[in-house]
Amino acid sequence: MAMIGTSVRRVEDNRRLRGIARYVADIERPGMLHAAIFRSQHAHARLIRVDVARARAMPGVVAVITFEDIKTVKPIPMRLEPSEDLYRALQRPLANDRLRYVGEPIAVVVADTRYLAEDALEVIDIEIEELEVHVDARSAIKPGAEPIHPGVARNIAHRFVVETGNVEHALADADALLEEEFYIQRHSAVPLETRGLVAEYDEGRKLLTVWGPTKVVHFNHGVLASLLDMPPSGIRMIEVEVGGGFGVRGEFYPEDYLIPFLARMLRRPVRWIEDRNEHLKAANHSREQWHRLRVGYSQDGRIVAFDDHLLNVMGGYIRTHGATLPTMTAAYMPGPYKLDNYRCDAHCVLVNKTPAGTYRGPGRFGASFVRERALDIIARRLRMDPAEIRLRNFIPSELMPYTTGTSAFDTPTVYDSGDYAKQLKQALEKFEYDKHKHWCSEQRRAGRAVGIGIGCFVEKTGGGPWEYARVEIDLSGEIIVYSGAADVGQGIETVLSQIVADTLPTDIESIRVVHGDTAVVPFGVGSFGSRSTVVAGNAALRAAQDVKDQLLALAATALQADIGDLGFENNHIVVRGRIGSAISYAELAALTEPSSARALGVKPGISAEAIFHVDRMVFPYGVHLALVEVDQKTGFIKIPKYLIAFDVGRAVNPMLVKGQIVGGFAQGLGGALLEEFAYDSSGQLLSGSFMDYLLPSCAEVPEVEVLLTEDAPSPLNPLGVKGAGEGGTVAVGATLANAVCDAFDGLVNIRQLPLTPELVLGAAHEARKARAELR
Amino acid sequence: MKPPSFEYHAPSTLREALRLLRELGPDAKPLAGGQSLVPMMNFRIAHPRHLIDLNQIAALSYIRVEDGGLCIGAMVRHREIEHSQIIRQHWPLLSEVMKHVAHVQIRSRGTIGGSLSHADPAAELPAAVGALDGELVLQSESATRILRAGDFFLSALTTAAQSDELLVEIRIPKLPAGTSAAFDELSRRRGDFAIVGVAAVVKCDHAGKFVFARVTLTGVDETFLRARRAEDCLLGQEATPALIAQASRIAAADLNPPSDLHASSSYRREVAEAVAERVLSRAVAQQGIAL
Amino acid sequence: MTTGHAITIEINGLTYRGEVEPRRLLCDFIREDLGLYGTHVGCEHGVCGVCTILWDGEPIRSCLVFAVQANGGRLSTVEGMATSATELHPIQQAFTETHALQCGFCTPGFLMTLQALLSRNSHPSTDEIRDSLSGVLCRCTGYHNILAAAELAASRLSTK
Repeated sequence: MAMIGTSVRRVEDNRRLRGIARYVADIERPGMLHAAIFRSQHAHARLIRVDVARARAMPGVVAVITFEDIKTVKPIPMRLEPSEDLYRALQRPLANDRLRYVGEPIAVVVADTRYLAEDALEVIDIEIEELEVHVDARSAIKPGAEPIHPGVARNIAHRFVVETGNVEHALADADALLEEEFYIQRHSAVPLETRGLVAEYDEGRKLLTVWGPTKVVHFNHGVLASLLDMPPSGIRMIEVEVGGGFGVRGEFYPEDYLIPFLARMLRRPVRWIEDRNEHLKAANHSREQWHRLRVGYSQDGRIVAFDDHLLNVMGGYIRTHGATLPTMTAAYMPGPYKLDNYRCDAHCVLVNKTPAGTYRGPGRFGASFVRERALDIIARRLRMDPAEIRLRNFIPSELMPYTTGTSAFDTPTVYDSGDYAKQLKQALEKFEYDKHKHWCSEQRRAGRAVGIGIGCFVEKTGGGPWEYARVEIDLSGEIIVYSGAADVGQGIETVLSQIVADTLPTDIESIRVVHGDTAVVPFGVGSFGSRSTVVAGNAALRAAQDVKDQLLALAATALQADIGDLGFENNHIVVRGRIGSAISYAELAALTEPSSARALGVKPGISAEAIFHVDRMVFPYGVHLALVEVDQKTGFIKIPKYLIAFDVGRAVNPMLVKGQIVGGFAQGLGGALLEEFAYDSSGQLLSGSFMDYLLPSCAEVPEVEVLLTEDAPSPLNPLGVKGAGEGGTVAVGATLANAVCDAFDGLVNIRQLPLTPELVLGAAHEARKARAELR
Repeated sequence: MKPPSFEYHAPSTLREALRLLRELGPDAKPLAGGQSLVPMMNFRIAHPRHLIDLNQIAALSYIRVEDGGLCIGAMVRHREIEHSQIIRQHWPLLSEVMKHVAHVQIRSRGTIGGSLSHADPAAELPAAVGALDGELVLQSESATRILRAGDFFLSALTTAAQSDELLVEIRIPKLPAGTSAAFDELSRRRGDFAIVGVAAVVKCDHAGKFVFARVTLTGVDETFLRARRAEDCLLGQEATPALIAQASRIAAADLNPPSDLHASSSYRREVAEAVAERVLSRAVAQQGIAL
Repeated sequence: MTTGHAITIEINGLTYRGEVEPRRLLCDFIREDLGLYGTHVGCEHGVCGVCTILWDGEPIRSCLVFAVQANGGRLSTVEGMATSATELHPIQQAFTETHALQCGFCTPGFLMTLQALLSRNSHPSTDEIRDSLSGVLCRCTGYHNILAAAELAASRLSTK
């Protein structure tokens, strides 16, 4: 049976279902202590004094540290898009003399239990002097606004411009102009498991072990070694079970330094498990953007110029993602459309809120919202069908591979393959677009507010620079796959097992996948940006193919046959046409035991390493279609019909791909309707619990139909695969906003998210007024 | 988010609980279902020095009908009320409201006494008890008081119970035969506190005229509100969509709801009218009247 | 300082003893004192549901109960579900067949809730399933497959 393309059940499931999978909070080490972090309750203040004497004297408290104890430590470095001017705003693990966001770590208490540590937090005293608080990026950049970081004028930490063609000329020449402003609210990943770490220092062997890192374990390993001034070989990071990542978990945070530092300082294991209140103000926020758009278009619906002025709202500091967020927006704003004159003038704006980082489809959720809304507004003005205007502006498939003129992560954006028009048509047909459009029209005439929205997008996946794999067959014949990828819950163990088993037939449940352990996996980039199936998968493929060649060569000798006559069955190599002539992987492995290998003149052991390099990303693409009904008396929205069409090039496990789409959709829905990190004017986080930060439950997530296609495999990797992690999320805000506007016959213009009932009710009023005026 | 320390007491009789309450004074809090109190303790917003666990007092857990009226012990779980046949048959408003109270996992521990004593301004139960003209029995070591629902809830999270008093019983009088009840609320997600909730108990005569009307709202003020002017507007009048719309307008008109993260005051006022209209329409439809 | 209270709790048919200070949450006792880590902690204020266990067959939030309150109680956790080391409970089996879990962190909360639902209602409607499951949050799956697993498990259990 072909393993690739089959929806096999996951090998990860058994342990997670039984409740025997070990997440970081389940790790116990002898003599382990517990840490709790004292965090700022002020959004912007001079920190004059921190008094931990009473805390140190509390029952069960073993230590309390402040900046004084770590004052020589360097700031946490950037991992991606590290622009020079962002260095001015990096974060050190504890606040020194300034507090810049509510939640910023000031001190760490280590005690016998978390309960006792939290008791000690309550008796830490600080003296502060309040400073002007910036929560709105538009006022933070006004001349004269108090800078959050010295030297960062107008709180603009970084600015860059991406331009293709000549936007000003094209705008001036255009038949017509759309000028509009948009806002996407602050929200983020909020995985169900909060962050956590266990660190233990073996003084005798000078070995620091850290459990809990994920996502980019090898990178973090290097950072920690540098910050602790230890040789990398003296640190072992071990990824354990992870309760969802979505971009925010696994980056190097202050705690990633503090907890190992404390373990080394105290010579006792230290565990820190973030609580939910902390998580909402300490883990990366995301998404918040202000856009000012100017779009030039022709009377026949072609976009001739697209100019975006972007304020990407960061936080009190710049973290590991550097300028990634606006870079993503700037690079992928064009989406599937041919924009010959395009510009994005992007700014990283500092405010007194939690720092921002990537979250599923970073920069692209906002880009899709802005772009797809703009297209709908223009279509409405021209009395064009929203599907028609998109078809008119798509990049034709004949132009693939297509260079958009933008770039990200030092690589130009070149779409590898894609037939956007074909996909949209397929999606419209599956959705029964014409029929439902007609129905909505009739219903609107009868007074109901029902409408359809479209959102098209191109996703970016499979980023480089490379990924590592090693495939090994041990003496028992078991296949082991070592990968630089990380498991954030997405099923990478299963996918890698499928890929390897496709080349080396075996029961995938028997394959052991090892990842995230820096002592055992020598190289790794990690799992983010939907890259693992593409890059880790192809690395595993290559290594497996190499192992296959080794097995065949050994078997040819052992079975005295030509390689061409050999075939694979589960765990065996057989000679075609010669019954009874077979040899198992275990027997083949035994032949390579060192003494035997020497005699045979082969290398000891059966294994192969591979590094799969990528210079270019690969670009899956999709369409979201929604039919919504608005309750015109309350503003509540129902979504009776939602379709996501997604072309992933090739699906290793279609069931897992669909799971990513639907899961991504639920997060997109949360972002479109429910979730927001709301702040008051003094910089206090108002949504600091799950009563106020609203995650969708199963009662809020409607049915979604997924149309998965493999029309455009990527020519850039042997598997032809593209990543599937983010396509369910990025277009939800755009699509629902478009649908709501359509429900009101385009008489309202929705320019911000989330679509709260109050916002939508306001739109209903606006529509009613506009209708009255039309009469 | 670990709670602060406290002394734990688990009396098995009501008398013992009341004695402890008196002795320990305002430093002590009763612990019923814990679904409201424990989160506050985990957030360290509440720091009771003593907790008096009521869960072992079997005598506080009963559902009885006495002289046609309903008596519910304060420690009766939401789940029990939700599944009680007696209540569904004779006081269906309570059964219906329960579907909106949080989630199944909360309802298995949460109690009616705990919820009412917590007095969240957007909770459903106070509005239901109010619409049913319920009475609350408060007991201390020395005395027993009975308060009408309207007098029990003073302001947000504040009731008339003294620190040495325990809510021990909720009494719901017998309703006139042939009433219908309905409840609905708007909330951001299923199970969340109400942005606005409306409870209605009505009865119409053979001519379709209202002979009984109770309308209460939650989420629109510090405590639940009784919409007396709306009730007066209905009584004696024929149930028509126009009348219901008028009564709903009246119910909403005087409101001065709070603004918070989830809804502004003006939004609440506006949707209160819509929800009242829907609830009244549904209650009337149950009367067999075609609107 | 408060003194320890001795408690005895039956979990998955086994009797456990411990000594706890009053404020120790039941979820922490089960996990750290007894080593039953299958029950997870996600919010500590009763909303996310990943700490859901059964007490006398009813689903409760173990983050909202003090361990001392459960003295003498009969609890069930996810570790007690599988019928053997090699065979999963039908509900668990349905979950893996429909891909109803990704990271697995919320999964025990859903399993427990479903077990409670299906043991008192062998033919729940889709609405009843959705209502029951709306008390546990998942951030990975988008719920479709969890609902499918619930329907599948219900149909299998009711034909047994």
